Amino acid sequence: MAIGSRRVFVGAHYGLRDWLVQRVTALVLIAFVLLVAGGLALARRLDYEAWAGIFAPVPMKLVTVLAVIALCYHAWIGVRDIWMDYIKPAGLRLALHVGTIVWLLYCLVWCIQILWSV
Amino acid sequence: MTKPHPSPRASRSQIRNIRVDQLRNYRLPLPGVVSILHRISGLLLFLFLPLLLWLFDLSLSSESSFDRLVQLCQGWLSRLVLLGLGWALLHHLCAGVRFLLLDLHLGVDRIAALRSSVAVLAVSVSLTFVFALFVFGVL
Repeated sequence: MAIGSRRVFVGAHYGLRDWLVQRVTALVLIAFVLLVAGGLALARRLDYEAWAGIFAPVPMKLVTVLAVIALCYHAWIGVRDIWMDYIKPAGLRLALHVGTIVWLLYCLVWCIQILWSV
Repeated sequence: MTKPHPSPRASRSQIRNIRVDQLRNYRLPLPGVVSILHRISGLLLFLFLPLLLWLFDLSLSSESSFDRLVQLCQGWLSRLVLLGLGWALLHHLCAGVRFLLLDLHLGVDRIAALRSSVAVLAVSVSLTFVFALFVFGVL
């Protein structure tokens, strides 16, 4: 496709999708922070019973898993942008990208394990 | 004969990214400060994710591990780390809300953007202060 004498280069279009995902996951995380803050406000104290009580019901576990998935996706886009901005050698950047993905997935599984130990 | 035109390419000023050694002389506007702190706080939260998950694990595993966590948070170093991470989360949250509003084209003009960046810094620092009172056992 050409406009005038210039060729129009198009990308893979994942930029818009990632931009949108980062904002949607941000909204999920804001809602989750407010939810936990609300739970603490309702408990009116901060001891083990009150804290564990927030995460004991299965619906809250599921909501927390959802929030952690959102966190991982959110962190992936943000951290990937940082690597892309500052790390120029392709090999090192690739290694950091792979490391970030593996590490975030590990954290997700770890968090699920923590939640179901309550 | 036609008058020679200066080439538009030559008259246009070149815009380049500044180098690292030029950073000291560059006055970053306040919205820029909020923006770079958003990036730094986000990276901090990512790097300290294992620590945060470990603390989350301690807080939920059992009553005794919860007590161990409380003990652990009495030290000065851990209080400072907690305070730093608390600031990172609060700044990232406040600046993030500002960016979401900017995406909705709210407060895009220069004065409004400057005001909202001041508001982000004021709110995040105030909330961090309240968190500090909690961390140091005043609250």
